[in-house]
Amino acid sequence: MGNKNRRAYREGAPEMIKSKRVVFIEGIMAGIPIGLGYFAVSFSLGIAAKNAGMTAFQGFLMSLLGHASAGEYAAITIIASAGAYLEMALMTLIANARYMLMSFAMSQRMKPDINPIHRFLMGYFITDELFAATISRPGYLSPVFMYGAICVASPCWAVGTGVGVLAGQLLPASVVSALSVALYGMFLAVIIPAAKKDKIVAGLILFSFAASWAAGVLPGISSLSEGTRIYILTIVISAAAALCFPIKMDEEGKTP
Amino acid sequence: MSKNIYIYLLVMAVVTYAIRVIPLTVVRKRINNRFFQSFLYYVPYVTLAVMTFPAMMNATQNIYSGVAALIVGIIIAWLGGGLFPVAASCCLTVYVLELFIK
Repeated sequence: MGNKNRRAYREGAPEMIKSKRVVFIEGIMAGIPIGLGYFAVSFSLGIAAKNAGMTAFQGFLMSLLGHASAGEYAAITIIASAGAYLEMALMTLIANARYMLMSFAMSQRMKPDINPIHRFLMGYFITDELFAATISRPGYLSPVFMYGAICVASPCWAVGTGVGVLAGQLLPASVVSALSVALYGMFLAVIIPAAKKDKIVAGLILFSFAASWAAGVLPGISSLSEGTRIYILTIVISAAAALCFPIKMDEEGKTP
Repeated sequence: MSKNIYIYLLVMAVVTYAIRVIPLTVVRKRINNRFFQSFLYYVPYVTLAVMTFPAMMNATQNIYSGVAALIVGIIIAWLGGGLFPVAASCCLTVYVLELFIK
């Protein structure tokens, strides 16, 4: 790292000044906690995959191709019940529909003249955590930063699933129970700091908690699958919030 | 007809990739609609909040450890803990509490 880069690194300067290498390393640093969390979560996914009759390689492959916790859980349920292939397609579509919204959000923050290959690559790796880490940086999205995080996080996710299939049954129930909250802990680490900065986001999160709880117990909507409920609640609550509390836009129309 | 796990995985992979890549590759223009920008700004927080609660309370062996993990996670995140410290403290809370409450 040269002197200029080191200064840029320390002062959190805009992307233009930082070299690609520095940004890539920042991506790796962001990817380490994500990867550790992924390993724990995909491990429990592996246990579920084993119960559905999948091998360690199939679990590994599923995670390499899927990169989605809720989506893969849904896939495992379909495999376990030997559902139709069409059912698999629809279930995956619903369980992962939120990634389409994230993909939209990312499209608005891409550098206009960027090589299209980055769109295809970055799209493949959209997950809740990698999306949050990438989009929470100021300015245009940095493919190099995202690739750094992916380098660590993606192998952890895939290998964790395979190891979960192999070793899941050996772990005591108390450890599996403890690991099962890792995913939610990571979600909290994304939403709570945002709530601290933005009172409207804080209120929205509390409202979302309440609505999600209500949707799980009220007759009618509670009979829908969890993935469908998440999708419907996300669209309705976000749209209502956008109507009631539109964000301030600067000259570039950039989101804060 | 017996079902092939690899065909299931292929179907899952194709649908999932299409969802993720189509908006990012097709939408090349900035959409300067204030409603749309506001909607996209709120989406990640709402979807993560909806996924966290009440599912987190039901993920563990008993509801008390799940609730405790939720509270500990919120406090650590509020104090500025990153992804890993928050996730780890949630796991630890569940593990320790379940030593006492079965």
